[in-house]
Amino acid sequence: MERIPILRMGSFLLITIQVDMHDKLAMQLQDDVTARIAEWGATGVLIDISSLEIVDSFIGRMLANIAAMSRVLGADTVVVGMQPAVAITLVELGMSLPGIRTALNVESGMELLYRNSAMESGVGDERSQA
Amino acid sequence: MSRLGETVARHEESIRNDWLDSMSKSVQRVDLISSAELREQSHRLLSAILRGVQVDESAQLSGAAWNEVKEILQEISASRAHQGFTPSETANFVFSLKQPLFNVLRKNISNADELFREVTTVTLLLDRLALLTIEAFMATREELISRQQQELLELSTPVVKLWDGILALPIIGTLDSARTQIVMENLLQTVVATNSKYAIIDITGVPTVDTLVAQHLLKTITAARLMGAECIISGVRPQIAQTIVHLGIDLSQVITKAKLSDAFALALQRSGRSVVQSNGTSNGSMSNVLTSAAKEK
Repeated sequence: MERIPILRMGSFLLITIQVDMHDKLAMQLQDDVTARIAEWGATGVLIDISSLEIVDSFIGRMLANIAAMSRVLGADTVVVGMQPAVAITLVELGMSLPGIRTALNVESGMELLYRNSAMESGVGDERSQA
Repeated sequence: MSRLGETVARHEESIRNDWLDSMSKSVQRVDLISSAELREQSHRLLSAILRGVQVDESAQLSGAAWNEVKEILQEISASRAHQGFTPSETANFVFSLKQPLFNVLRKNISNADELFREVTTVTLLLDRLALLTIEAFMATREELISRQQQELLELSTPVVKLWDGILALPIIGTLDSARTQIVMENLLQTVVATNSKYAIIDITGVPTVDTLVAQHLLKTITAARLMGAECIISGVRPQIAQTIVHLGIDLSQVITKAKLSDAFALALQRSGRSVVQSNGTSNGSMSNVLTSAAKEK
């Protein structure tokens, strides 16, 4: 069965969605992400959806769910690389995904996660610089 | 039934003169069209009608014989629409041909029944032609309007880059759904293309902000946020700030600033840059130096 791979980068999880999401795949991903967070004790989840061209309300809700579940498990979620058409579709569907953090690309998404975890642990170099 | 065609053909010259004469009395607009041009148009139309009548007397305008007349009429009314004639003036161009035709028919046909029949045919024919004229006139006008609308849309939604990673979107005019769509697409595509983290939406040129406009703005901002860009609204005039509060529009999730410069300063600050005035210059002005702290990059 088809699965979306979940990569581990330090204390973060990197998920790149490169195929069209269908409902079963989305449910599977939800299971896998929560299991991996718990298993590896991840503090951040980065989902790259730059190759995702079609979304529906289910996929939108799935993203929101993953973010909420990760939060419960103590990990931040950042969604990166959303296409303009996808963003417009989600807004037209009335899904503003308020619980999700977003970034333009993987690089700035990673930066966001690093900054967050540094801030949460309270020993980040960010603070000392400022 | 060839009586009509025959009669008209025989008296073409006098009909035309009569027609031009009546037009110069009533509907001719010397300020919009020269009499030479008018004479030329009348000549072409009348000879085309004559050819049509001779081939097909049904006055249904459906046969191939009438195609020439239709083309000429459409061309004439299109040019009238561009020249600024009113619809009734354009229609009167055709209607004023009625009287001259009636006169000729009356002079040349003595039998009352026959005269009535021919007059009816002429009336039907000219009415249809006039309708055709109006239709062509309207079509030209509508085409003109839709082209202008399109031009206006393209004209009014520029996305400009203020700095590395900072975009500005000055909106001028009312935001309706169609425009919001274009503004949104433009903005989001530019965000991706330039990899910009901040977008300033300047609404100085938006005359009124009602709930609908606010909703459109919020949609755009939400879409940009989903992509990872942050939007700042600037150019909120005091009047508009009051309206927004009175209408109960919730803009608490959005950063708003009074001036574009304030928004730009905020975007610079958020991206880890600051504006510093260098002190070495004699006139002391125009020497702001932007430094980029290595905070963001």
